[in-house]
Amino acid sequence: MSAGKRVLITGLSTYWGGRLAQGLERDPSIETVIGVDRRPPKVELERTEWVEVADSHSLIRRIVQGAEIDTVVDTRLVVDSVVTSSRRAHENNVIGTMNLLAACSGPDSCVRKVVFKSSAHYYGCEQDDPAYFTEEMLRPHAPHTALERDIVEAEGSVRQFADTHPDATVTVLRFANGLGPNLNTSHMRYFGLPVIPTILGFDPRYQFIHYDDIAGVLEHAVRNDLPGIYNAAADGVLALTEVTDLLGKQWAPLLPPWGTGLAAAALRRAGVTISPEMLAQLRFGRALDNRKLKATGYRYAFTTRETLLKLREYQRLAPLLGKASGEGYRYEREVEEFLRRSPSVRVRDVPASEPVKNVPKGARRASPSPARPRRAARASAPVPEYDELEAEEVIALLRSMQERDLEALRVYEAGRAGRESVLRAIDSLLARARSPA
Amino acid sequence: MAEDVRTTLGGSTDVAEREDLRDFLPAIEPERQVTDWGRSERVEGLLDRTVVDFMYHLWFRCEVEGVENVPDHGGALIVSNHSGALPPDAPMIVKAIKEEHPRPRPVHLTVEHFFKGYPGFSMLLPKIGGVAAHPANVQRLLHDEQQLVLVFPEGRKGTEKLYKDRYRLRRFGRGGFVEAAMRAGAPIVPVAVVGAEEAMPAFAQLKPLQRLTGLIYVPITPTWPHLGLLGMVGYLPAKFKIRFLPAVRTDDMGDDAWEDKALVQTIAHDVRAMIQEELYDMVGKRKSVWFG
Repeated sequence: MSAGKRVLITGLSTYWGGRLAQGLERDPSIETVIGVDRRPPKVELERTEWVEVADSHSLIRRIVQGAEIDTVVDTRLVVDSVVTSSRRAHENNVIGTMNLLAACSGPDSCVRKVVFKSSAHYYGCEQDDPAYFTEEMLRPHAPHTALERDIVEAEGSVRQFADTHPDATVTVLRFANGLGPNLNTSHMRYFGLPVIPTILGFDPRYQFIHYDDIAGVLEHAVRNDLPGIYNAAADGVLALTEVTDLLGKQWAPLLPPWGTGLAAAALRRAGVTISPEMLAQLRFGRALDNRKLKATGYRYAFTTRETLLKLREYQRLAPLLGKASGEGYRYEREVEEFLRRSPSVRVRDVPASEPVKNVPKGARRASPSPARPRRAARASAPVPEYDELEAEEVIALLRSMQERDLEALRVYEAGRAGRESVLRAIDSLLARARSPA
Repeated sequence: MAEDVRTTLGGSTDVAEREDLRDFLPAIEPERQVTDWGRSERVEGLLDRTVVDFMYHLWFRCEVEGVENVPDHGGALIVSNHSGALPPDAPMIVKAIKEEHPRPRPVHLTVEHFFKGYPGFSMLLPKIGGVAAHPANVQRLLHDEQQLVLVFPEGRKGTEKLYKDRYRLRRFGRGGFVEAAMRAGAPIVPVAVVGAEEAMPAFAQLKPLQRLTGLIYVPITPTWPHLGLLGMVGYLPAKFKIRFLPAVRTDDMGDDAWEDKALVQTIAHDVRAMIQEELYDMVGKRKSVWFG
């Protein structure tokens, strides 16, 4: 396709929908970005057009055809049963997906690629699960909860779409539980509690994904052709007690192993909502095999551990920032809007501090060019602006790197600055990486 | 329909493709004390220093032969006989490799799915290297991570058998362990353990109590249930002998050999026979249950 891509994003008001739009609009090869959602986007967008529309089949079809959309990214799936009622979740997940896919299908359709954001809830969470789910595994038992049923059904219609449109690239991304400031999920609420309630006698394995990585993975799927199903979850699986340690919190086995549902209902009275999917995870835990996606070239910016450390940073800052945490720069947005659109402005191209403006507070320090700081690192040797990094900063980066990259980096470092502490850190990591083999 | 799903959206189980995925295993994070499998250095070390060390050296006075049959690199499946209501053989085999092997490596032991759902066990077992006995788990450990895995193909049939049936191996499951080793191309190391049967003999199984507690079995042993919780770990000081037998190679049987059910069953049977004969030999030569 010689002309630029024309992308439609559903669920623009979700965090990752907005971040994806931001990432895509910076890329000149993406011609058009259109977002549809019932609510306005939460992040600053420059050239993305927001169309306020529900998931109605005929309207979206008109948008798709009118704008000659070739790539549809569906990020609208509800993957948490505490954020909305189960009826609305069903409407959105099952009926909405059906409508959207119907809008993209037909012999005259110009849609060449569909990226569907699904969830690891597809696999469920059971006693006889494997320690890592791979993409080709089917869930061992029928879904238990309404949400899981809906997700399985939604994926079913995506699969049907893929079967009937063999010339379209259909990507299904199954995400682990996402964590990050501004996300309203049952796990974010749960980890916000002063004491973390656990089920007596259980210490489940947990794997998360940082919300920048959610956006990063979606962008990766738009830029590359990835037909099939891919798990998306950060490296590293942690025990729940490890998670609470990293967050600096106490855990308490407040939920009994038998009659857990009743106790959870009692907790709900007390204002702590634990979704049924989460209850299963608190008992059995779940982890995904994320290697298939990594093999396509995606590098996660955060491991599960780093995701939790980020969350802890945010939790420490939250009381200082108060409610305004996400919208601290709100006034700036109005100024930006004024500078961009007002006829009184003579000099349009005032270079605002670009990266700072686009990145919400939590992610600012870690990723100066958000969502893909390390993808470039593989090319020659060093991380971008490597020479400006302090030794400690380099060492902090090393952990998330592959063995190959470490070796390359070692050569580079030895040739240039040759800092003793950096070299030692690389050596120890290399030794550790090689020892099990 | 199911096949269609595989071709359009389903993932690939192709071995060649899996080979590549080995490079994409997550890097080790030096700050962590728990592995991705939930194994905790701290808990394991604590138990090792206190209970296991004492049991290994003083209580059971383990005698180990042929530990060099455990390869010092690459994945290997260690297959052993199984006994004792709360089986002491597993930690002793793990400890034997740790103590006697020239290049000791951690061993993952497969445990029944039941334990993942039972409070207490669910928390403790992964910390000391327990992994649910799912074929995908064994495959990942043996092939992708090149680790040692200890399996007891008799499963609970071994641990719930009564004292009168001691040292008579039960059926070796359905040969799933052989299939797993063949898929991974990992050698099988049979192990014969003598002494565990006498350390905690079960005289009867209490069916009604088993149903009431939801446990997999509730036996009567010399110390349980009349001595209470302490009786659960009340092992008698039998002399332990652990013999590692020469490894059975599985990587020289041709491609897709695991699909040949007859071959899988034959190897499973051979391994079982090797262990059984070794057990008869060891028990026959034993002069005393307590002093060896």
